[in-house]
Amino acid sequence: MKREVRICGFGGQGVILAGFIWGKAACVFGDLNAVQSQSYGPEARGGAARSEVLISDEKIGYPRPTGVDLYVAMAQEAFNTYRDDLHENTVIIIDPDLVPNHDIGRPIYKVRVQKIAEDLGNKIVTNIAMVGAMAGIDDLLDPESVKKAVVDSVPKRFIDLNVNAFERGLEAGKNARPE
Amino acid sequence: MKYERDPVRIRKVLGEKVQFIQGDMAVAYGGLLSGVSFFGGYPITPASEVAEGMARLLPRVGGCFIQMEDEIASIAAVIGAAWGGAKAMTATSGPGFSLMMENYGYAIMTETPCVIANVQRTGPSTGQPTLGAQGDMMQVRWGTHGDMEAIAYAPSTVQECLDMTIDSFNLSEKYRHPVCLMTDGEVGHLREKVVIPEEEEMPLIERVEATTDKETFLPFAESPTTGSKVPDFPTFGSGYRTYVTGLTHNDKGFPKTDKQPDHERLVMRIITKITDDREEMTDVEEIELEDAEVAFVTYGASARPAESAVAMARAKGIKAGMLRMKLCWPFPRHIVNKVSKQVDKIIVPEMNLGQMYHPIVEYSDPGCEIVLAPKIGGEMHLPQELLEMLEVS
Repeated sequence: MKREVRICGFGGQGVILAGFIWGKAACVFGDLNAVQSQSYGPEARGGAARSEVLISDEKIGYPRPTGVDLYVAMAQEAFNTYRDDLHENTVIIIDPDLVPNHDIGRPIYKVRVQKIAEDLGNKIVTNIAMVGAMAGIDDLLDPESVKKAVVDSVPKRFIDLNVNAFERGLEAGKNARPE
Repeated sequence: MKYERDPVRIRKVLGEKVQFIQGDMAVAYGGLLSGVSFFGGYPITPASEVAEGMARLLPRVGGCFIQMEDEIASIAAVIGAAWGGAKAMTATSGPGFSLMMENYGYAIMTETPCVIANVQRTGPSTGQPTLGAQGDMMQVRWGTHGDMEAIAYAPSTVQECLDMTIDSFNLSEKYRHPVCLMTDGEVGHLREKVVIPEEEEMPLIERVEATTDKETFLPFAESPTTGSKVPDFPTFGSGYRTYVTGLTHNDKGFPKTDKQPDHERLVMRIITKITDDREEMTDVEEIELEDAEVAFVTYGASARPAESAVAMARAKGIKAGMLRMKLCWPFPRHIVNKVSKQVDKIIVPEMNLGQMYHPIVEYSDPGCEIVLAPKIGGEMHLPQELLEMLEVS
């Protein structure tokens, strides 16, 4: 049982944190192994950024993806850049508002996570809503473990905001169908 | 005032027993657990997170963090702190490690216990700052001038970054020697699960402090208390008059630079205090070696794709195995020689153009074919490309 996950967006959106939470959910609040790596440009904001997480019930040797199973994109440039190694069964999740040009001739889960965050009054939790959507779509991790990892990873005074974003994203993810 | 290691406080500052952290942070954790009370460093990618971790954590356990003006000053401060009685460390990467070479030799010659974490990146010069490499494996052995032995670990996982920092301190205290933790930008920036060991799972070795008569004590002679080639340590301020110099010195520590036997005796003691224990300190992992006909001999980050390739090869019925050197120096020549007598071919994957390859060739049986699998440019080997090398064997 293993899953190779790539979450990409632009710098400052929190894709690194999203990957960190996903890995922590797997190996601290779950009993799987996880390795997370990341790459980004020198800019603190802007530029394409990606976070990659490998999850397995076995020891993880090579720590980078060799075939992405779950591909999540939160920005157009990143969606265009980091898509070379998808396979035919790769599950793709995007926010259609952030990735308007996403017609690549295959089914995609579209979850408006930025809209969820805006409805909650703060766009900053877009990434956490996406983590919720991932937990609603991919069944490898227990959503409760992911929620615990969210609570454990965000500033204390923003826990409620983040948990709300997570739960709305989770709900939207559960209801989403590839189209 | 001497730093008192307080395990309860350290564990409180480190937090949860199971965490998902970066390799660099795990080095800082390992330092704290070892009882480090001094960190002197200069930020450099991809090692800066070690300093960041130390800056945040060390003051909370009563230790001292100093950002020095450069890497030369950093290791100088570390050496001074060690003579003041502290367990002291620094962390750097290639360009900083190059700057440290002179004082690395000084620490060897003055038998100063300390730890240098080198989160290796590509070179020459400033190279690719954010990307990992294994470019300094020979520099740690031969980079400072003169004759010496090195002690160097190479972690492959984030857990090992923590565990081997503790191991590095233990060997540094035991042998009064600067020990290098040769991690890299790949492992240093990975996040993985780390389990903080309990006190009883991580025995600590402390330097033997001088206790004998202050008038007759010889700070650079075999220990009068243990009989070991490692002298007892006269901490500055403890009342022992000690002269410390990088010049060739006599047992009292005073320069004695003009006679061949004096130099040979001193240098041979500081080398053989380590090499006498080569087999005892050997630390390797053997994977699927029992019936192997072809084997990787590797270390650090390169061991990860190699281990994946071994599993893929075994699934195809290829009798492949792997020897992973956790401690690269002193070189485990007896183990490498044993493996070379068993297998027909050894493949050496390294993120450089061939460094540990050379002692592997030197100590292998001439009947065994040794093949280098070099990779530079900041990327690890792909398991698939290593598998292909096994398949043609």
